[in-house]
Amino acid sequence: MTATTEINNIISEENLVYKKTDVLLDNEMHYCPGCTHGVIHKVIAEVIEEMDIQDKTIGVSPVGCSVLAYNYLDIDWQQAAHGRAPALATATSRLMPDKYVFTYQGDGDLASIGCAEIMHACNRGENIVVVFVNNAIYGMTGGQMAPTTLEGQVTATSPYGRDCATTGFPMKMSEMVSLLPGTRFVTRQSAETAGAVRKLKKAIRKGFENTREKKGLSFIEIVGTCSSGWKLSPTQSNEWMKENMFPYYPLGTLKDE
Amino acid sequence: MGDVRLMKGNEVIAEAAIRCGCDGYFGYPITPQSEIMETLMIRKPEDETGMVVLQAESEVAAINMVYGGASCGKKVMTSSSSPGISLKAEGITYLAGAELPALIVNIVRGGPGLGTIQPAQSDYFQAVKGGGHGDYKLIVLAPASVQEMNDFVDLGFELSFKYLNPAMILSDGVIGQMMEKVELSDYKPRWTDEEIEKISGSWATNGKKAGGERNISTSLDLDSAKQEVFNHKLQAKYRAMEENDVRFEKIACDDADYLFVAYGSSARICQKSVELAREKGIKVGLLRPITLFPYPTKQIQEMLGQVKGILSVEMSAGQMVEDVRLAVEGKVPVEHFGRYGGIIPTPEEVVEALEEKILGK
Ligand SMILES: Cc1ncc(C[n+]2csc(CCOP(=O)(O)OP(=O)(O)O)c2C)c(N)n1
Ligand code: SF4
Ligand SMILES: [Mg+2]
Repeated sequence: MTATTEINNIISEENLVYKKTDVLLDNEMHYCPGCTHGVIHKVIAEVIEEMDIQDKTIGVSPVGCSVLAYNYLDIDWQQAAHGRAPALATATSRLMPDKYVFTYQGDGDLASIGCAEIMHACNRGENIVVVFVNNAIYGMTGGQMAPTTLEGQVTATSPYGRDCATTGFPMKMSEMVSLLPGTRFVTRQSAETAGAVRKLKKAIRKGFENTREKKGLSFIEIVGTCSSGWKLSPTQSNEWMKENMFPYYPLGTLKDE
Repeated sequence: MGDVRLMKGNEVIAEAAIRCGCDGYFGYPITPQSEIMETLMIRKPEDETGMVVLQAESEVAAINMVYGGASCGKKVMTSSSSPGISLKAEGITYLAGAELPALIVNIVRGGPGLGTIQPAQSDYFQAVKGGGHGDYKLIVLAPASVQEMNDFVDLGFELSFKYLNPAMILSDGVIGQMMEKVELSDYKPRWTDEEIEKISGSWATNGKKAGGERNISTSLDLDSAKQEVFNHKLQAKYRAMEENDVRFEKIACDDADYLFVAYGSSARICQKSVELAREKGIKVGLLRPITLFPYPTKQIQEMLGQVKGILSVEMSAGQMVEDVRLAVEGKVPVEHFGRYGGIIPTPEEVVEALEEKILGK
């Protein structure tokens, strides 16, 4: 038996233990090795498939590394201007209340330029899911300081380390939005281990279930890595994240009503 | 006769939106146009037609809500006045870049900066030449009466869906605040899901149909070759607008030796100036552009064998006059007369300006 026929024999229905969801397209992802965006995309795609809502889900992509998220998830998408995704999602969900609308946003997009849009969407309790990917840096534009960049963290625009006395302090968005009555579910997750991914999936599923039950806004922060921006290998990035990000951005659910 | 009433221009915009089957309005208060959203809030169309009305946290959010709603194939609109339109510029160019239909109303006030809350026409460049970044055009309609405030809401939506391009009603505080007799349009029901599927199914992001193609609403293409092809497509669309959808009105032009070119409230003033000048024996006519883009360039050119001079009258320091000069190509004298900063010219002043700047030559 040649190696190929052997593989072909192994790939058969009865041996199937895991299958890529069809909601995730086959397009090659442009993300750097070790980037958290890809894992999060997969998790969202799986939830959409499991809840059977592919025909009812509209994603709103940000400006940031995940601007092209629409190339990877086989659903209808809107591509928003930088920071404005919650405004698009607001109208989309209000005009089509039976649909599942989610925004997918980075920390520069959500916490800096889009701070007003996210705060007010949360305050109004829009019936949407917000997936917030906090990698403490502007990945797409080459690793500049974000509002979430940690104290002392070196970035392209904080080359001597972030000085909080002059640049302010890293913003805890989940804590902030959890204070607003409009948010129903606020959680901070990660995706660096199989266990973390399982928890993340539960959280995202809960978010979409909240939409189904018209409960209001679910805010799911994911502390992630940006190996290119941080100038670390993928494994080093995970270590750095655990050592530095997790203490400042503690994982767990802040609000579940 | 249908439903005839005495109403303010701004109130009519709101009423016309409800009656034309608009799905959503998103706005932020600013003088002199706040009555538009206030009227909608009082009318509560959500109970009547299902139209969504939402006060956004800013003009930036409002126009991006419009982008979201337009992406769903819905008839959505916003309104503001000059400083707010500057903030909307980002969303407007995204709408143009994503080829989305939407209606934007600008009840212009004097600028620059916070300027004044009094009427002006100093946002012509912003509306017609750009405002946002990139090579794009808006369909720009300039109402000169409260009746046209009513009519252009429906027309604006019609043209924006015809071309998949945002349309703007460029009005000002005079028309917005003025009360006039208006015949309101008959009610048109909002589009059903089936109608939206028929009209916009090939692009609306309202859920990927099982077995069908998915839709993506985006203005992004990182491939320059494709981006250039897309820009060619946009330019072809703008040329088609120039070919098919120029709108204008001619008043007393048949025997005119001179010509006023004026739009919106300035055209109303010039109408009176035409009468006053003719009493003095000056045969002047008025060409009123109704669409500021596409501009009635040809219609101005057709007058060139006949008229000896043209006065462009605007409540600005001289913006539209550039388009008149481009049309005229130096063949007859073209001058500008304007009052600005919130000052409205009198018909007499306009006649004096004609005598001094054109006849005096
Ligand atoms: C109005 C505007 N300002 C700035 C930019 C440039 N820009 C693109 S992405 C980005 C930051 C993205 O960072 P983040 O949201 O954290 O996403 P990441 O790439 O890290 O996932 C910036 C500043 C832009 N595209 N538009
Ligand atoms: S730059 Fe950072 S966020 Fe962007 S793809 Fe690479 S690792 Fe991911
Ligand atoms: Mg980031």
